[in-house]
Amino acid sequence: MRDSFSNKEFELFMAQLFSPRANVYSRVILLGIVILFCGAGWATSTVFWSPYTTYVGVPFDQPVPFSHKHHVSDDGIDCRFCHTSVEKSAFAGMPSTQTCMTCHSQIFSDAPVLAPVRESLSTNTPLKWNRVYDLPDYVYFNHSIHIAKGIGCSTCHGRIDQMPLTWRANTLYMKWCLDCHRQPQKYVRPRDKLYDMTWRSPRTSSTQGAKLVAQYHIDTTGRLTNCSVCHR
Amino acid sequence: MQPGAQSRFTDHGSPIIRTNSSNEFAPGASEWPDDISRREFLRLAGASLALAGFGACTKQPIETIVPYVKQPEEIVPGKPLRFASATTLNGYAQGLVVTSREGRPIKIEGNPDHPASLGATTIWAQADLLELYDPDRAQAVMRGENISTWNDFLREIDSTLQAQRSGGGAGIRILTEAITSPTLISQLQSIQQRFPNSKCIQWQPIAPEIAVAETVYDLTKARVIVALDSDFLFMGPAALRYARDFSRARRVRDPASAAMNRLYVAEPTPTITGSNADHRIAAAARDMLGIARQIATRIASRQRSSILKGETKYDSWIQAAAEDLLANRGASIAIAGQTQTPEVHELVAEINRQLGNEAVGARIAKLPSRPVNQLDDLRQLVQEMGQGKVELLIILGGNPVYNAPADIEFASALRNVKTSVHHTLHADETSRICHWVIPAAHFLETWSDVRAFDGAVSIVQPLIEPLYANISTHEIIAALVEQPVRSAYEIVREFWRERNQTAQFDIEWRRALSDGILQNPSWNTSSEGAEESVAATTTLSPASSEKPSQLEILFRADACVLDGRYANNSWLQELPRPFTKLTWENAALISPELAAREKIDNGEVVELIFRGRKLKAPVWIQPGQAENSITLHLGYGRTEVGRVGKDCGFNAYTLRTSEALWFGDGLTIQKTGQKHSFATTQHHHTMEGRDFLRTGTLAEFRADAKRVAHSQEGPARDETLYDPNEYQNRGYAWGMVVDLGACIGCSACTIACQAENNIPAVGKQQVALGREMHWIRVDTYRSGNIDNPQFNHQPVPCMHCERAPCELVCPVGATVHDDEGINVQVYNRCIGTRYCSNNCPYKVRRFNFLELNAGLSATEKLAKNPNVTVRSRGVMEKCTYCIQRIEAARIEAELENRSIRDGEVVPACAQVCPAEAIIFGNIHDPNSRVSKLKRLPTNYGMLAELNTRPRTTYLAKLRNPNPALVISEQRSVNGEQHERT
Repeated sequence: MRDSFSNKEFELFMAQLFSPRANVYSRVILLGIVILFCGAGWATSTVFWSPYTTYVGVPFDQPVPFSHKHHVSDDGIDCRFCHTSVEKSAFAGMPSTQTCMTCHSQIFSDAPVLAPVRESLSTNTPLKWNRVYDLPDYVYFNHSIHIAKGIGCSTCHGRIDQMPLTWRANTLYMKWCLDCHRQPQKYVRPRDKLYDMTWRSPRTSSTQGAKLVAQYHIDTTGRLTNCSVCHR
Repeated sequence: MQPGAQSRFTDHGSPIIRTNSSNEFAPGASEWPDDISRREFLRLAGASLALAGFGACTKQPIETIVPYVKQPEEIVPGKPLRFASATTLNGYAQGLVVTSREGRPIKIEGNPDHPASLGATTIWAQADLLELYDPDRAQAVMRGENISTWNDFLREIDSTLQAQRSGGGAGIRILTEAITSPTLISQLQSIQQRFPNSKCIQWQPIAPEIAVAETVYDLTKARVIVALDSDFLFMGPAALRYARDFSRARRVRDPASAAMNRLYVAEPTPTITGSNADHRIAAAARDMLGIARQIATRIASRQRSSILKGETKYDSWIQAAAEDLLANRGASIAIAGQTQTPEVHELVAEINRQLGNEAVGARIAKLPSRPVNQLDDLRQLVQEMGQGKVELLIILGGNPVYNAPADIEFASALRNVKTSVHHTLHADETSRICHWVIPAAHFLETWSDVRAFDGAVSIVQPLIEPLYANISTHEIIAALVEQPVRSAYEIVREFWRERNQTAQFDIEWRRALSDGILQNPSWNTSSEGAEESVAATTTLSPASSEKPSQLEILFRADACVLDGRYANNSWLQELPRPFTKLTWENAALISPELAAREKIDNGEVVELIFRGRKLKAPVWIQPGQAENSITLHLGYGRTEVGRVGKDCGFNAYTLRTSEALWFGDGLTIQKTGQKHSFATTQHHHTMEGRDFLRTGTLAEFRADAKRVAHSQEGPARDETLYDPNEYQNRGYAWGMVVDLGACIGCSACTIACQAENNIPAVGKQQVALGREMHWIRVDTYRSGNIDNPQFNHQPVPCMHCERAPCELVCPVGATVHDDEGINVQVYNRCIGTRYCSNNCPYKVRRFNFLELNAGLSATEKLAKNPNVTVRSRGVMEKCTYCIQRIEAARIEAELENRSIRDGEVVPACAQVCPAEAIIFGNIHDPNSRVSKLKRLPTNYGMLAELNTRPRTTYLAKLRNPNPALVISEQRSVNGEQHERT
């Protein structure tokens, strides 16, 4: 090659492909890729955990703007007055239109906001509530056993007595379920506190929890984290 | 296994069976179902992979909760309710307990208090649920091609009746199936009073003829049973009862006190009963008369001397059976099948009389309104129809256009009827010709009553309002005599109220509804139950067997679709038939000898020519078939049927004439050269020298119980890479025992599992590729001489191995163990590699190749069990030991602060089993039934040598052969056992 080209000619012909700046570019691009992947991961996780996906803290529209705050805090109605089967069935039970009307035929009997309830009774068509707590179809949750084992309403449903419109207090992700199935002693309550909205687990010691776990015969061998406990 | 024994397992003359036994998978089983090739698929899969991740990005849709307007007091949402009711089989009651969730029936079980059920059900009762939700049911009142209304029908019927009044209803005919409903019978009688010249006719193509149904047996008292062409364990109104009693009398646990009954069967085609025999001979149906006569002669003369050999090939069997009967006077029974002639029945009755077997087989009161000879009545009806004498014909159920004997031209005569009405569940061949089609209410939709085989009455209680414009049988009959028509509830209740005028009626009525049976005996002895003499008819007798080489044709109800009524039921269509394991169609069963003689191959289409009628049918070579008998199963080749039953099989009714309802001589066959491919679920029936299914004899059991199951010690517990101390002492440990000695092979477990666990049917094409979805299958193996083999059945669910090979190979941990030893399949984790299925030595895992639950109609969705996930495409599934039932029992127990009791968890397969062959429970509890059975010397694990430590184990099948016969006839069968050990 040198025979046919002079040095200068060679330099002209084979000029530097990469300028010294190329090093910077490549570093920026490499870093950019890392940032992109991390960013994508962060974005995915943010969306995954955001109320947009989990519905946590998002009040649901309902055919009637039913307020748990009013009915629980102001009126002092027990959870089981409406959710009648919470102690005996998988499903806590939703009040029938008639249950609503036992009171509302007497009070607020012509409130416009209750028109759908009155219409439901007169036309014999059920109300359709939007489901706030919705598990995937391959998960089988049972209310009665959780109540029997000392898990109170507010542990999962939050301070429902302070919700004007009901929202989801927890993600209902499997991770969240397993938190309790792994360490039930942190969440179990005495029997008389199950429907107490203000109950909080004593932070100081877990001796009470451990005692209750033993008293309720809650399995501590790890069986509660078996797939078959919830999936079938 | 010695090399010489191999020949016993080889099927001569059947290359198909031979290739099937070497190719485990059907050709094309690994191909994709669509037209896309594997390579093309991978290309598309690669391209779509990047986008696939976004599939998970769908946000959870908002669902609604719909509470009641007025909550019914007894319904707790989420809790099942159970109601007693009853279904019918050929007109007779089978008591049921039906489970309802939020108002929709989702599962049918047997009623433990009902004499014809005892807690078990038939396969048909299980499938009745799907029948209810069948979207192809008749849905509207039809007048010809047009949708009409019930009121229009009432108006028209009224004017017809007005015209009939003067002639005493001479033009009115009512054609029913076999009926036992006291209310309906009384209603028909009231029509007879109003219109004295009207007539009621019954036609049931597979109903027990004449004397059969009126005898009931107490098989617990029988030490020796001789059955001539009778499938009493499977077919018939008392089959569940007989199966329970029979298997109980064969249950042996302790070698010292072991005793079993002994069953002799002579039959032309393999049946469930025949496969449970200790000594079975394959004899033509026409030879049964001769066999019965010889037994009767020997018993009459009390001849005990051994006879000369070589007279006929059945002599040793006949001699042994007769001697055994004589040796067990008063504790034995001879039974003739419904397909046999009155002469055979008379002989059998005579044998039982001679032996003093009244305690075992008692003749009970003849059921009311059962015509002595259905055929003569039907023939007369068709004659009158043809002459135009019939003005109004009401056909209640049944499908006579399709299933009347071919020589009775029912269809053409029906066209001459002025007004014809068909009351039916499905629009069928008969509906097409009738002027009016009235959609019938399913038994889960309406009130009725029905009698069991022994006369006990049950109230049929509905669980759901009619899904469509359905009319009950009682209402349509009431329309002829009363206006306005009362509801079925009022009609049935009034009928019983009239018979019990006391103040107690309400209480007793409610108790009857709750118990599922009217227990007040005075109610049962109603006036219609008068005894009539059994008139033997001669029209049914076939030609004598002068020419033994001549072929004989046999007509039998199909083991799944019966006479064709269940043709649109996918559960039954896909349930493998016993022995052939055929699905979705019927075949002409021929013997291996005949196949060899005529050089016919399996699947070859032949033309059957029988008394001038011709029919093309594919051939299935069936070992155990009598040499010159060809079996055709009825119920196929339906033309007017829903989407499921279309284009399935051939119509054997086209050859069935009134002279040969069940069998007849004079069949010829011609080869056509065409081939047909079947869809079967078991491709060969030999064990190839292995011992999944272990058998022995009672004598061997007494001598050395351990040797029967040759249960050597399995590999040591610590010979493993797993934790050898797993499951040692931790709460419950679920296990199952399948008692092969009790199992009769009826397949009820398969279909009960299908109903309980939302298992879809896949269709013939997919079954042919080996993609059936049943979680528990019943394998049938044969051993011994191919001309007359011994059949053994083995239900195979998931073994729930403690060291499960499937778990090791799953890349995503979708199949894992729970702490109680259940091998669980986690659908939401499964990505469909199918490695687990490849690594499972028992082949019990099922893969959803297609989205089988897509496109279900609104009604079909109602049939799904809400406690079991409905699986979608691409996931593996398998037996879960009915984990939903375990969890339900666990929650129930924990709410009451106690342990789960033994017997509290009953999987669907165990619950339905008429023979109590499946036992489930906690093996950590030494006193549980399952633990006790697992300690028996006959207990063994299938393929336990692989150290899988299966939780499902088997009890070896025991038979009780007659020592006198073992030496000659059954030598080969038992010889196999000896060779192996």
